[in-house]
This record gives sequence, structure tokens and C-alpha cells, in this order.
Amino acid sequence: MAPREWRFTFRRLGVHMTSISVGVAALVALHSFRNDVVRSIEEDKRSLLGADARLSAGREFPDSVEAVLDSLVAAGAEVSRVTSLASMALAETSGLTRLVRARGVEPGFPYHGAVTTEPPGLWPRLGDLEGFLVDPALLVQLQAGVGDTLRLGRVRAPVLGTVEGLPTDIGMQAAAGPRVFAGAELFAETGLLAFGSLARHRAYVRLPEGADPDEVEDAHAETLRAADVSFRTPDEQMRSLTRSADFLADFLGLVGLAALLLGGVGVGSAVNVYVRGKLTPAAALLCVGATRRQVFSTYLLQATSMGVLGSAVGVAAGVALQRFLPPFVGDVLPVEVTPQASPAAAAFGLFLGAWVAFVFALLPLLRVRKVSPLQALRHTAEPRAAGRDWMRGAALAALAATVLALAMFEAPSAPAGAAFAVAIAAGAGILWCVAVLLVRATRRFFPKRASYPVRQGVANLFRPGNQTVAVTLALGCGVFVVGAISQLERNLTRELSVQFDAADMIVFDVQPAQEASVSALLREFSESEPELAPVVTARIAAVGGRAVADILADTAARDRPPRWALRNEYRNTFRQDLRPSETVTAGAWWDDLPAPDSGLARVSLAQGLAEDLRVDLGDRITWSVGGREIASEVSSLRDIDWDGFDMNFMAVFEPGGLDDVARTSVATARVPGDTARAEFQRSLVRDHPNISVLDLRVIRAAVESVLGKALGVVALLAGLCSGAGLFVMAGAIASTRAQRTREGALLRVLGGRARQIRAVLVSEYAALGSLAALAGGLLAVAASWLLSEHLFEMPYSPALGAALLLWLAVAGLAVLLGMASGRSRNRSDPLAALREAGD
Amino acid sequence: MLSGVDLVVEARAFVAIVGPSGSGKTTLLGLLAGLDRPTAGRVILDGCDLAAMTEDERARFRVNRVGFVFQSFHLLPTLTALENVLVPVELAGADRRSRGREPARRARDHAMGLLDRVGLAERASHYPVQLSGGERQRVALARAFANRPRALFADEPTGNLDAETGARVVAIMEELNRDAGTTLVLVTHDAELAQRADRVVRLADGRVAP
Repeated sequence: MAPREWRFTFRRLGVHMTSISVGVAALVALHSFRNDVVRSIEEDKRSLLGADARLSAGREFPDSVEAVLDSLVAAGAEVSRVTSLASMALAETSGLTRLVRARGVEPGFPYHGAVTTEPPGLWPRLGDLEGFLVDPALLVQLQAGVGDTLRLGRVRAPVLGTVEGLPTDIGMQAAAGPRVFAGAELFAETGLLAFGSLARHRAYVRLPEGADPDEVEDAHAETLRAADVSFRTPDEQMRSLTRSADFLADFLGLVGLAALLLGGVGVGSAVNVYVRGKLTPAAALLCVGATRRQVFSTYLLQATSMGVLGSAVGVAAGVALQRFLPPFVGDVLPVEVTPQASPAAAAFGLFLGAWVAFVFALLPLLRVRKVSPLQALRHTAEPRAAGRDWMRGAALAALAATVLALAMFEAPSAPAGAAFAVAIAAGAGILWCVAVLLVRATRRFFPKRASYPVRQGVANLFRPGNQTVAVTLALGCGVFVVGAISQLERNLTRELSVQFDAADMIVFDVQPAQEASVSALLREFSESEPELAPVVTARIAAVGGRAVADILADTAARDRPPRWALRNEYRNTFRQDLRPSETVTAGAWWDDLPAPDSGLARVSLAQGLAEDLRVDLGDRITWSVGGREIASEVSSLRDIDWDGFDMNFMAVFEPGGLDDVARTSVATARVPGDTARAEFQRSLVRDHPNISVLDLRVIRAAVESVLGKALGVVALLAGLCSGAGLFVMAGAIASTRAQRTREGALLRVLGGRARQIRAVLVSEYAALGSLAALAGGLLAVAASWLLSEHLFEMPYSPALGAALLLWLAVAGLAVLLGMASGRSRNRSDPLAALREAGD
Repeated sequence: MLSGVDLVVEARAFVAIVGPSGSGKTTLLGLLAGLDRPTAGRVILDGCDLAAMTEDERARFRVNRVGFVFQSFHLLPTLTALENVLVPVELAGADRRSRGREPARRARDHAMGLLDRVGLAERASHYPVQLSGGERQRVALARAFANRPRALFADEPTGNLDAETGARVVAIMEELNRDAGTTLVLVTHDAELAQRADRVVRLADGRVAP
């Protein structure tokens, strides 16, 4: 029986099933793409590490670790070291400067994977070269070319070529800052390491044939842990990278799932209208001897078949989309990805789409089972009395279980999935309530004096079989996601620009002998009075008299301070006064306290650090500063506002507490104008090559670029949700097309002109789009306000311009879509259309 | 398809068009009411050549001078009975730019008066779905007379009604027609209804039967 009605069903339900296609396409593309990424990472795992093992530390390896490396070399391994630090580079020809990541590379690295340079073949000779290899981006930024002289620390040397590809530097990591490579000897000549800059020391190890990196790690785990040196194997690197890829795919998958569920809402809504028109034919079938089961199965089979068809379209679109993803997200991928068809992902998508269509169609279809045969004879005949319907309960349970299971499957973890399912249910519930309230309010409060076409258009939202609430929900979901993103983006951008009012440059690594000349430069260029703060690099040796090693060894202890807090390299200062961005929350500042009986140096800690270290007022902390131990007593705790780029420190000593220890200074400046900024940096680097300058405006541009890329990906997904919403709307418009055709014909017969009838339709679609925009927009503002205040901890102010633009866009899209779907309506003979509709 | 139809209907006459299915009754009605243009020949209604008008001109003509009643009532489901009656007034009002408090009140009073004439004043705020078939057709009748048309065209107006309700609707239609001095042209299969007309036009195969 089902196939006989196929053609008719296809015409009525076809559009709705495409709303399933969008979600299926997203999921198939994402799952296939994840498979591609994971496969590529697995194939390249050794190249991605560059060696069989990598040791890494934030300071020079201690003797114990050097001994481990010596033992490995003795056993036949090869070791190549790479040291990297941040420093200023000056292009002498253009006079431009840039903060770069300078790397000193010993021969051998990388042991796996090839480095490509331009001109080719330079990398293996890097140790012998009297010059630098750089990122192509740096040449653009410095307006320099190959052959130009670059100044790095004390070295002036030419740029000999560019590094086009280095397998160990992946995607976003490489985007963090342009790199300058030098052979180890040339790098040492820069003298940059001598100033105690933030350097990272790495040793890349090629193990002898047959040696297992995991065994090497196990054998030296104790020594490495004690020295705070990390050890990474290719497998660990692979797991780390695939974890990121998995996380990305999971996150994106959830959005795809949201699009699929929206499609489900569209199907349910469409089937609801479809069933309404099928009640009389169903009753007629019952009259001629069909059983209820047969009738119900017929329509269920039709809906599911259409779901399969919609999914098949989605699978095809997903496979096509998979091929477009690599160039789009190539920058953030660790490997080059070659798309490969994934039958499992395709089958999964096909099944999922069909199942979602089945489950969402089931509820409205259950009404067919209640049809009375008498309805074939009299439209007003009552359906069978509804008792307790176990099928309805089962359908609802299946729907809930489906949403929960899919969310748990797609999310990074089961609890996250359950939370997502609850969030989806809650979000949909809230959006539904908002939609219902708005629709009711529109009906009740819409101005009676508005022109007739507008009133008629708005009234049309309430025609029998309307799906206004379903469309508002579906389209509103898309508006919600897009709206929340744009609101957050505007607030983040505003927040970033406000912060630079205080300072836009940070100068660090100023040696004591350079303070006077740096101050003079600052006075010349900075708008504000120069301020220099001393910086003393220190580690914690003991807390409360217990050595850090002992505390860490006591694994049984409850409430032990976290490892990072004990092992961190702190940059402390000493000063007389409290800064405006600080508030003392416990104890008192130096002048308000008598000198301690212990005679120890007094230190004020950031509230958060004191909590992490589990210390309170009067507790003792011993610091290790350049081989000396300095004992201190906590005399106050401070709450610090980190937002203003003020010179804040976790630990502040009383002046005199850090006498006779090696120190550098840091300064902040606000230099107006790009030319002055460039001139300031050039003068600074020319006179003091060891000094680094962080140009916060450049960093902001980088942050905005990364933010832009991230938002781009999220916006793509938001687009998917909106796409699904638009399909639902297209479906809803299609399902009431017959009514709209009849109404248009009627108005024409009654004397309505084409312009008036168009105005009615435009008003209807604009009202529909506006309701969705308002419902989604209200939620978006609420969500972005909550996220701003609680997650990003920044004040929120609604971006009304963006909201208005979104409203116009959604209303405009709704009008375009609606008008496009009914283009041929006005050309038909009105009387014939009315007769047909009346039959 | 119609062919060689030569028909003159006097003002204020009541003409019934009858004929078997497919004989061209509805096509003729559509042409007479200015809903369609003849491929050949002319249709003159109230002194105006409909064939020479553009579609919008014919719409403007219809809204001011023509009323229409259908077999399936065709009320707008989203409007109340009163609002349905007001639709032609609104369409014409938008045309005349005569919106405003006073004209709106007058139009409303007129529409209420019409609903009262058809016995539905108390159902004015009801939606079509809340009305019976006969009530819906009476609302459609009130709507047809809303702009005081010169001619009323009815397409099987009793086709979907039982005999008693149909008779009542026809009685109201005749009464309104007589009072307003409207020309009435109706298409029907109902021989009894056709008998009540001043003149019966029989169509067969697109031609007026002798």
C-alpha cells in the first residue's frame, strides 16, 4: 500500500526530509574527517615528534638528566638539542623589529621527517651557516628579504633562506610567533641565554634500532620527575594530538547533532500536518477493510522511507563536505590530511538520519491509530476515545533515549553528553516557551490599526495547521547560536580595546646597568611616566620548613599543594607601595605592621597563590634565588585585578628583602602612533639587544586573528544550525502552501491586487522571521550575558547593532525563502485554484 | 472551452447558469466576473470592457463592483466573521487611501449591519472553524455585499449545504439582491434553485443551448 502513495508523499514531505539531510551531512563530514586526521597522525607520529623521544624543561638540564643523556648516547643513541626563547629581532635594512621565537638547533634534528627550506637543502647545513633561516611570515613582517641582515642579540648576520615546513611545528603552534633558526654555535653567540630569559631546553633522542621509548622512560622516570623534565614518546605525541582532534570533532559533532535534532523537529512538525490531511483517507481505508495496523504501518513506512532518502542526500553532501574541510581548517591541523571515504561514517549517518526521522515521525503518526472509520463519512465524527496509550509513552521514551544516547555518543565524555542532552532539552524547552509566549502576545497585542495586508499577514501565522511555534523554535535555535557568538565577539573585542588604555608595551629583561638608559628612552617615547619594577626569578625551596621535594614525595598526604605551584619558576618583585590594582585581603602592608620577631623578609602573596600553596599569614616560605636560599614570612594577602595590564606580581617582597640577588627589571609603556612605536623598539633593540618588547597591539591582532579563526569555525557550525532551521521553515511553508494558494486566489477574486497579496505574504514571512529572531535573540542575549559575567568575567553590554542586523537578516531570509517557495502561485487561475482547494 | 457565447444580462436580473459538468459554467462565470480574459471576444460589465483592462485594473473593478459567493465558502480561517466581512472593504480602503478612525467605524457598522441581516450579529467574533456550514455561507454572503456590488456572482452556493440550510441561504441572497438592486448570476446544478431565477442559461459543450 505504501508505494502507491509514494509520489504524493514525496511531493508533500520531500522538503521536510532535507532538514534531516543537513544534520546527517554535518555528522558524516565530521566523522569522516576525524578518521582522516587520526589516520594521518598515526602514519606520521614519529615525524610529528621529530625523534624517538623528547626531553623538555624550562631551564637547563641538571647534571642528573645530563647523565641520563650521556648513558643513552653510550648505548648507541643520538641526541640533538634545540633551545628556544623569545627575543627581539631587528631587520637592519627596514629598521623594523619583531618579537620572535629564536631557536638554536644542533645537527641531527629532526631525526624523522624532512624539513623543507627555500632555497632547498639548507637545513642539514644549518650548523655551518653564518646566518639565519626564518619563517617566510617574518620577512613579510620585517619588510625584509633573503640576504638582508638581521640582528638577534649580539649577532648581526644575514637571512640565508626560509623554512617552509617543519613537521614538529604544528598548525596553531607555528602561528604563535615567527621563528628564527640558527645553528647552536651562532645561537650561543647571541648571548641571549646568559640573561636568564624564558628559555625552553629540549633534547631530541634517536634510539638505537629495537629500543623501546617507553622502556627508556620507565627506566629514568624517577630522575626525570625529580628534575621536572618531561619525556615524550611518539605514541604520547600521537595520543595528545588525536585527543585534540577528537575533542574538536566531538565539539563539532555536538553542533552537527543539534542540527540533526532540529531536522527531527522539522520532520515531526511536517508529519503532524501531513497526518492531519491523511485522517480522512485513513478512515476510508478502514472502511474498505484495512486494519489499523496496516494503515499505521503504511504511513510510518512512508515517513521512514523519506527519512532514509533525506539521510542518503545528507550522506552524499557530507562526503562532498569532507573534501572541503582540509583547506578550511588546515592551519590548525597537525598533519596534512588526505580525505578518504569512510564507509562506517556513511553507514552511521544513513542509519542515524533514518532513525531520527522515524522517532520524530512516530509521535504525530500515532494519531492515525485513533481514526474512526466514520470520519470517512462525516468530518466531524469523533476519533476513538483515547485511553492510556502505551505506544505514545513508548514513543516519547524512544525520543528521549535517542537524544540522550546520541549526545553521549558524540560528546567527549558520557557526563558531558548527558549534560548536553539536558542542555538541549532545557534550551529547547525555554525557546519553546519563549516562542509560545511571543506568538500569543503577537496575536493579542498586535496593533489593530496596522494596515490590512500587515494585519492579514500576521493573522496568517495562526491559520489552522500552522507551524509557527515549530518554525520559531527551529529558526530561533540558529539565531540563538549565531546571536550568542556575535554578542560575545563584540564584547570580547570591546574588552580587549579597553585594556590597552593603560599600557600597550611591556619591556622586559632590563639589566640593572641598562635601567637609566631605558628610562630615558621611555621618557622620550611614552605618554606616561616610565615605571620600572625589579624582577627576581625564584623557585620555592620549602614551605613551612618542609622541603618541596619532601612535600611532593608525600603522596599519601591529603590536601597537598598542586605540583605546578611548588615547581613553578616565580618572577617576584620588591616595592614599598601597594598598586591601585591591588587590595590587601588579609594582614597589612609593610608600614602598618611591626617588624617580625623572626627577622625574616616579609612577603605579600596573591590570594590565589596562598590558597594553592596552603599557606596563611605568618607561614614561612623559603625561596631559592640563583643558588641562594631566602626565607620569608607571609605578612599579607592581596586580591589582584589582572585585567588592567598593571605591573602585578604573585609575590611582592618588602624592599630590602631581596638585596644582593641577581635581578632584572620590567617596564610598561604607552607609546602613541605606529611610527613612534617602531622607532622606540628599534632604538631599544639597537642599544640593548638582550631586551625584549611585547607589543600588546601586535599581540591583540594575533589574538583577534586566532579568535577570528575559532569564531569562523563556530560560525560555520552556527550556519549549519541556521541552515537546518531554514529547511524546517521551508518545509513549514511548503506544508501550508495549499492553504496559502487558496487564500491568495480568494483575495484575488475579492479584488485584491497583486501588490496587496504580495504585501500580505511579505508581512507573514517577515513576522515569522521576526518572531524567530526575537525568541533566539532574547536567549542569545541571556546566554552571552551569563557567559560574559561568569565564564569570561567581563562586564556585559548588549551589542544592539549586531542584534538589529541579525534580526534584519533573519526576517529578510524568511521573506526571500517564503516568496521563492510560492513564486508560481499568482499565475494560476484563481477560480480553478479555489475549486481545487474546495474539493 | 467556450465558443460563440453571446449573452446579455440585464441590470438587477437574476440569471441561473446550468449545464452538465465540463460544459463551461465556471469558465463563463470567471469571464463574467473579470477573473479571466477571453482569448477572443469581449466582456462588458457595467459599461466597462473587462478584456481591455490589466489584471490590477480588473482587481480594482472587482473590489468595487463585484461580489462573489463560492460553493466551499472560502472564508479566511485566521479572521473572525466580522473581519472576513470587512476584507473587501479593507482591500478597497487600501486602494482609496481612506484609512482613518471614522471611515473604519463606518465600515465596521456596515459590516455588522450585514451580519445582522444574515442573522449572525451575535457570532461576529467567531472564527470560521467555530461556525456551521450554513453560518459560514451566510458570512460569505455578507462579505459579498460588503462593498455594495453592482453584480453578485455565485458558484454553486448551496452545493455544500443541506436542503433546508441551502434554502435559507438562497432566501437571504434573494433578499439582499432585491434590496441592494444587484444583478445576480449563479451557477448551479440544483434545478429547483434555477427555477427561481428570472432567466436560465443552459450551457452544453461550451455553447449556450437554445
